[in-house]
Formats: sequence, C-alpha cells, structure tokens
Amino acid sequence: MISAVCFACALMVILPLALVLLRLVRMGASSIDWAFLTQLQKPEGEPGGGMANAIVGSLILMGLAALIGVPVGVLGGIYLSEYASNRLKWSVRFAADILNGTPSIVWGIVVYALVVVPMKGASAYAGGLALGLIMIPLVIRTTEEMLALVPNSYREAALALGVSKWKTIVFIVLKTAGKGIITGVLLACSRVAGETAPLLFTTSGNQFWSRRLSDPIASLPRQIYTFAIGPYDDQHRQAWAGALILILLVLSINIGVRIITREGSAKPVK
Amino acid sequence: MTQPSQPSVTAQPPASAPAPHERSAPAAPGVTFDVQGLNAWFAANQVLSDISLQVQPKAVTAIIGPSGCGKSTFLRTLNRMHELVPGARVEGRILLFGQDLYACDVDPTLVRRRVGMVFQKSNPFPAMSIADNVTAGLKLNGVRQRTVLRERLEQTLRMAALWDEVKDRLSANALSLSGGQQQRLCIARALAIEPEVLLMDEPASALDPLATAKIEELILELRRQFTIVIVTHNMQQASRVSDFTAFLYLGKLIEADHTKQIFTNPRIKQTEDYVTGRFG
Repeated sequence: MISAVCFACALMVILPLALVLLRLVRMGASSIDWAFLTQLQKPEGEPGGGMANAIVGSLILMGLAALIGVPVGVLGGIYLSEYASNRLKWSVRFAADILNGTPSIVWGIVVYALVVVPMKGASAYAGGLALGLIMIPLVIRTTEEMLALVPNSYREAALALGVSKWKTIVFIVLKTAGKGIITGVLLACSRVAGETAPLLFTTSGNQFWSRRLSDPIASLPRQIYTFAIGPYDDQHRQAWAGALILILLVLSINIGVRIITREGSAKPVK
Repeated sequence: MTQPSQPSVTAQPPASAPAPHERSAPAAPGVTFDVQGLNAWFAANQVLSDISLQVQPKAVTAIIGPSGCGKSTFLRTLNRMHELVPGARVEGRILLFGQDLYACDVDPTLVRRRVGMVFQKSNPFPAMSIADNVTAGLKLNGVRQRTVLRERLEQTLRMAALWDEVKDRLSANALSLSGGQQQRLCIARALAIEPEVLLMDEPASALDPLATAKIEELILELRRQFTIVIVTHNMQQASRVSDFTAFLYLGKLIEADHTKQIFTNPRIKQTEDYVTGRFG
C-alpha cells in the first residue's frame, strides 16, 4: 500500500517531464530545420527565418555567466571548506542558501540598477553578470560539499609529506573531488541556461547578431517569451521549436554530467 | 634484538620533576628527539602534560598506553601535525638533533619533510597509480628529474619490501592493492622524501596477522637506517619490535626505559599493572 503511494509520487516526477518533452517534440520538432538553426528572424508577420542569434546568444550568456560564477564559486567553496572558521562557514552557507532561494527576477533588477542604468543600456555583460550571480551560490555550495567528502586522511597524508597547504588543496583535494565539482558546475550552467526573468531587464533582446558584448543580445528564453506572446502563428511555431532546442540543450548537459559521474564510479582497476 | 649500549631514556615521575623552565637544558648529544616539558591541548582540554623524553637514533621507540592516553597526540607533536586540528595547541620544547621544532622561525612543512609519518589507516591517494603515490611527495616538493624519480621509486619500494609484488603493475591504481600492501605503499611514500625519522601511528592495527608480521619485519629492517617512533596498543608488538618503550597514562609519561626493562621489571606499579594486562 505504502509502496504504491510512493510509486505514484515518484511517477509525479517523471510524468511532467515526459509530458513536457512529448508536447515539445510534437509541436516543435517539425519546425526545426537548417533555416531555423542558421537564420535570423524575419520581419514581423513574414513566415520563415530562425533563431540562430538567440541560440548563439544563449551560449554566449552561459559562457559569460560561467566566467563569473565558476571561479568565484569554486574559490569561495575552497575557502569555505579548507580555510574558514566554523562561524564564518555557517554564515556563508546560510547566505548562499538564502541567495539560492531568491527569485531570479530579483537578480535581474539588481543588475539593472547596478549595471544597465549606469551603462545606459542593456548588454550581454549585464545578462551574463545576472546569470553569473545566480551561479555563484550554487557553485559555492556544491564545491564545498564535494570538498567536504574528501577524507581528511588524504590531506594529512600530503601534509605529512611536507607538502604545503595550497599544493595539498590543488593537487590532492581538488584532484580527488574534481569530478563532483565539474558535475556541480555543469548543473549550475544548465540551471541558468533556462533562466528568463533576469534577462528581461538586462539584455533587452536583439533581432540581429550582437557585434559587441556591450550590445543588447538575444537569448533563447527571451526569444521564446517574445514569440509566444506575439500575434503570429509562425512565431508561435518557432517558439515551440526554440523551447525544444532549449530543453535539449539542458538535457544534453545533464546527460553529459551522467556520463562524467558514471566514468568516475566505474574506474577500471587492474 | 641488539640494543644500543647506553640506556639514556629516562622519565621523571611527576612528583619529583622540576618545573619545565628549569629543564630547558641544551639537547643531550646524540639523541634524535629531545622532548622537554611538552604540554598539548585540544581547545581547553589538556591531553599531554609535562612530558620529557629522549628518543635514541637508529632504534625503535614504542609508545604504549590505554586508549585516549595521548599516544597519538604525542606522536603528532613530533612532526607538528597536532597543530593542524583547529584549537589545538602545544607548549614546551622538542629538539630534533638539537634544533627546536617549535621555534618561531621553523616552517612546519620543512619539519614534516624531515619527520615522516605513517598513519593508522592506510591512506594512499585514490586518484593515483602505485608509482605516482610513491613519488607524490617528491613531485609536490619540486623534484622533476625523471631518472631521480624512477630511481627513488624502486629504491623505496624495495625498502618497503613491496617491489617484488608491484614491479609489474606500477601504473595500476593504488587502491587495487591489498590492505597490507597499501600500508607498505604508504611507508614507501613516506620514505621517498628521505626523512630522518619515521613516525608510525598504530601502523598494523587494521591489518591481519600475516600483514602485521610483514610490517613488523619491515620495522626491524628499517631501524638500521632510521629512527622510528611507533604508537601501538598491542603490547606484544611493542615487545617484538622496539628497543625502548614509553608508557603513557592520562597524558602523563609514567615510565620510559629499555623495552626489556619495561616488560620484565618496570620500576613503577602502574606500568606493571598495564603491561601485565591488569588494566587498560
């Protein structure tokens, strides 16, 4: 009886994903063609065209976010796990958990006030910063947790060989926890890939290619949003296709993570 | 078992011991460690009080005592590992060949290069091969020449009596070795950086009798070249491998002498009660 209830609850996790995927494939797959992947959007109301700039824009924004989120997050996680006093650990963890729970639109507003207004315009920088700020607490927490899993006996073994603390951290501790940290970073990337709200205030979209990172930039979530609320059927069709591309992007990152972690656990031992 | 001629391991019973500052005399010549009035704490909890002990060169000194008496802590003060625990603190002097290890200009990482350590549970680096484990200390301390690494690899694996068992699979993961082999690998790893002293913290307590016998054989072999301090809660082991034995109880050094003396004719009643198994 209880196992049946648990099974039903577990099904509630799988079912939405399956439904969303099915619906997206049915509505979007037929619209994905070469033109969709390589062309810019056509002028309003005109059929055809694609989301190439939005796809590339999303990748650029993810790259910028990772450029900010990964170093700060990983180094912060190392500090927390290896150096910080207990009280500081507690407060930074607490802060990171609060930040993780902050609605992402708040980050959009913060970056709007701090970057977009002074720079007098939306830009890829601003969008990347907003996404990077969302990544930082995620990466800090996973890095710290992965480092905490490294048994202290490895640290002591290295220190007892007269190896300095930072070399111990870089060559022994990080090496041992490496796969877990990479997994955490990739999951954080896939999390921000789908963020829409922070990009509304910071990137302002772009119908064309952005030539500079200080220009407004297109992104998949934003483009989907714009097209989905637009009046034209052709735009609706493309919004479905864009959503499918986005979920495939996130899915492929997650599958990549699975592959990395599986290789980690099934290491051939001769 | 041959024993060095002059027994100069002494322990003053706490009652007659002079205050630590009076005893901060120059190091006795020829001894490896000269521990003078050593106290150690974990936060407010004092785990070692006023320990004075001399460790003889090229001999095995065993530290025995019941669980929680401070054996491991004492060992970890000898290579400045104790202070790595947050809140841990040390007072007193430890001279290694006359040099105070706790002088303020001494770099603890350099101390640990001179005083190697083997832990209770074998801890080879998991993401490394057998060969990389042995040379890890050298590489991380900046030794790059392949010929040197290669030479030291074979030399230390031979010293640790492991070479014949692993020479055909040096690139295999270190975790593929058995427990006893892993512990001997850790000994080889500690020997590779050419320490002057080897500290062993219950190195055989997690091993089966056969693997234990191999480790003990190895200790007797290594003592020709190294000064060894071994913590053990196994009194038979102490009597088998050590030249000198120090008995610790509740953080105090009760008695230290030739191993034979401690086990056959101890001067202090507590020692006798412990080695005859009446408590502890």
